[in-house]
Amino acid sequence: MSVTVQSKKELMTGNEAIARGAFEAGVTVATGYPGTPSTEILEAVATYKPDIYSEWSPNEKVALEVAVGASLAGARCIVTMKHVGLNVAADPLLTFAYVGAVGGLVVCVADDPGMHSSQNEQDTRHYARLAKIPIFEPSDSQEAKEYLKIALEVSEQLQTPVIFRSTTRVSHSRSLVRIEEPRRPARKIGFEKNPPRFVPIPLWGRVMRRNVEERLAKLKAAADKSPANRIEMRDSHLGIITSSIAYQYVREVFPEASVLKLGWAYPFPDELIRQFAGQVKKILVVEELDDFLEEHVKALGIACDGKNFVPGIGELSPTRLQAARAKYEGKPEPAVPAAVTDLPSRPPVLCAGCPHRGIFYALAQFDVVVTGDIGCYSLGVFPPLNRMDTILCMGAGVSMPQGFEKAGEPKKVVGIVGDSTFFHSGITGLINIVHNKGVSKIIVVDNRITAMTGHQDNPGTEFNLMGEVTPSVSIEAIASACGVKRVFTVNPYDVQSTTQLLREELEIKEPSLIVSRAVCPLHEGKPVGPPLTINTDQCQNCEQCLSLGCPALEKEASQGLRINDSLCGGCGLCEQICPFEAIQKGNSK
Amino acid sequence: MSSVVNIVLAGVGGQGILLASEIVARAAMAAGFEVKTNEVHGMAQRGGSVIAQIRYGAEVNSPLVATGSAQVLGSLERIEALRFADFLAPDGLAVVSNQMVVPVTVSSGSAPYPADAEERLRKAFPRLLYFDAVALATAAGNVRASNVVVVGALATGLKLPLESWQAAIREAVKPKYVELNLKAFELGWTLKA
Repeated sequence: MSVTVQSKKELMTGNEAIARGAFEAGVTVATGYPGTPSTEILEAVATYKPDIYSEWSPNEKVALEVAVGASLAGARCIVTMKHVGLNVAADPLLTFAYVGAVGGLVVCVADDPGMHSSQNEQDTRHYARLAKIPIFEPSDSQEAKEYLKIALEVSEQLQTPVIFRSTTRVSHSRSLVRIEEPRRPARKIGFEKNPPRFVPIPLWGRVMRRNVEERLAKLKAAADKSPANRIEMRDSHLGIITSSIAYQYVREVFPEASVLKLGWAYPFPDELIRQFAGQVKKILVVEELDDFLEEHVKALGIACDGKNFVPGIGELSPTRLQAARAKYEGKPEPAVPAAVTDLPSRPPVLCAGCPHRGIFYALAQFDVVVTGDIGCYSLGVFPPLNRMDTILCMGAGVSMPQGFEKAGEPKKVVGIVGDSTFFHSGITGLINIVHNKGVSKIIVVDNRITAMTGHQDNPGTEFNLMGEVTPSVSIEAIASACGVKRVFTVNPYDVQSTTQLLREELEIKEPSLIVSRAVCPLHEGKPVGPPLTINTDQCQNCEQCLSLGCPALEKEASQGLRINDSLCGGCGLCEQICPFEAIQKGNSK
Repeated sequence: MSSVVNIVLAGVGGQGILLASEIVARAAMAAGFEVKTNEVHGMAQRGGSVIAQIRYGAEVNSPLVATGSAQVLGSLERIEALRFADFLAPDGLAVVSNQMVVPVTVSSGSAPYPADAEERLRKAFPRLLYFDAVALATAAGNVRASNVVVVGALATGLKLPLESWQAAIREAVKPKYVELNLKAFELGWTLKA
């Protein structure tokens, strides 16, 4: 007996449910850039080909602009990205808010409260207010699918882009979803020329500006009546206003409380908020991250509690909300089991066999400043490699060395960027170095895939998301075209030649671009070579090999130094750097 | 919400926690329950500590398990069980494979690997199944099925029928690995505390 067939319900992650919603709502164009926790939305969308055209764009700005083109042609579209990706796409978003959608366009943004895989904890809801456009927030997979359909309808009916905000715990939790048949909107594809509608030059843009406010009033009225917003009356002593995953925690921790659940939080449904406030004695706002709802409830003149009890930093959880409830009720915090804290930490590490290890090891031979970037290679910041000094945002690894240099930094500066990140935001920084006569040394660590987010294709790979064979864009050719004269390619598994090239280039007073190229063995699904072993007769326990920070090289009191052959990727870096030739290929003892 | 059953799975990225989590979720579904799970993606998977959480019952809200409320804690690595010990209810069952995966922080000398891990596990968990999932998986035919051995062991702490587990394994793994994983499950299922 299959439960799936019987009730047409499937266990889906929030991300899979968003993709299913896009399919059922007749979306035909989907674009995005990978970023945890959003990545699997577009990967799931890609399984609906050929009904949906999907693409990984080089960055979020391009992804949104492609989708805007598709919307103006009349197609329903979604665009996917993580929260920081919306910063990159903010430029088109804020003006597309004026122009407005033709085919429904929903920007799916996944926030990462708690910063599980992110460099900041920004709350995407502020973008909705900034752009004066609606935002939807599902609290589980079923709502993710339902609300996406509503969001597309709203987008089309009121000619507005819509933000669809998920969070790590919505995106990466599985729950049951009712499967329905897809329904395509009956609209012809074909652009209808209308410059005052689509061209925000000041003359027409000022009209659009006014229309945005009129639209906002209509959206507010619609939000008041939307099925995405609902009052659940229980005990009237306490009313909780909440949204997103926090709703689920509220139901667990305050099972008796009445709830105003806002699935469509902005523009704020004032009538509904007032109605709820009139039905309960006191109000507590429970929201993750900022006091977005609380501030507005107070602005309506309604007294409430919120961030004075509910943490605003880090993600919420039933455990944290239980503590907040105790505080709110003036009771002692519930006793929670003490966590064991004296264990060795186990941070993420570069995989055994990772080619990035070679370039970081070579870089560690020089006293330079290394500006890093976003990707697996961010892990090079941890000891013992310890060979990255800054991280800011996508592309900054390429742009920042110029600033160090022009400020007069006495040390030489090397920028590191991954292949996908180079295509995303690294090229403009490189052009800047050449144009403004910098001497930065840029290393592109090219493992032929977007690895950190789970191996997505990018402009440098030979395939696209539709599974088509496609031309691989050459990093070296781009660098040359930008005017970099010193362009090199190295094999990072070759310690000696990589170190030698770095030594030479660091002395030269003009820009260099070095492509450190070797495929990600995890993506290839096979090790670089056969596993290595330590010949204990020759090993002098100098521990030079441990400076590689390789998880296959284990040293532990009970067993001494050894190579775990089930982990070893056979890259041979340890063999090359061992001063006593004690590390060898194969299974010698 | 006391009728909700909570399960936490712990281990090291790459040990097969996600498949184990899927099998537990599907078994609960096959038995007719509503299910929610949560898992870790992205940076946390690169050899770091990982947990998966599964909750089932007539109605489930939060996908996250509150500390001190898990009926079963399963771990594919011995000290990872200690790391997430605070999730287990006082009367809960811990099923722990004695595997030892040395963190880079230990190899680089910044922290020792607890030598008394077993002793600490026995102290932390009054109800403990401590076994060698790797050896059992090897006996079943493939070392990679050690995650399913742990699923078999944790199933002894739940009340789902055997047929639900078997159906879940058939759905979750590729056809050619079904027999191997059914065997691995059985080796865990027949372990006694």
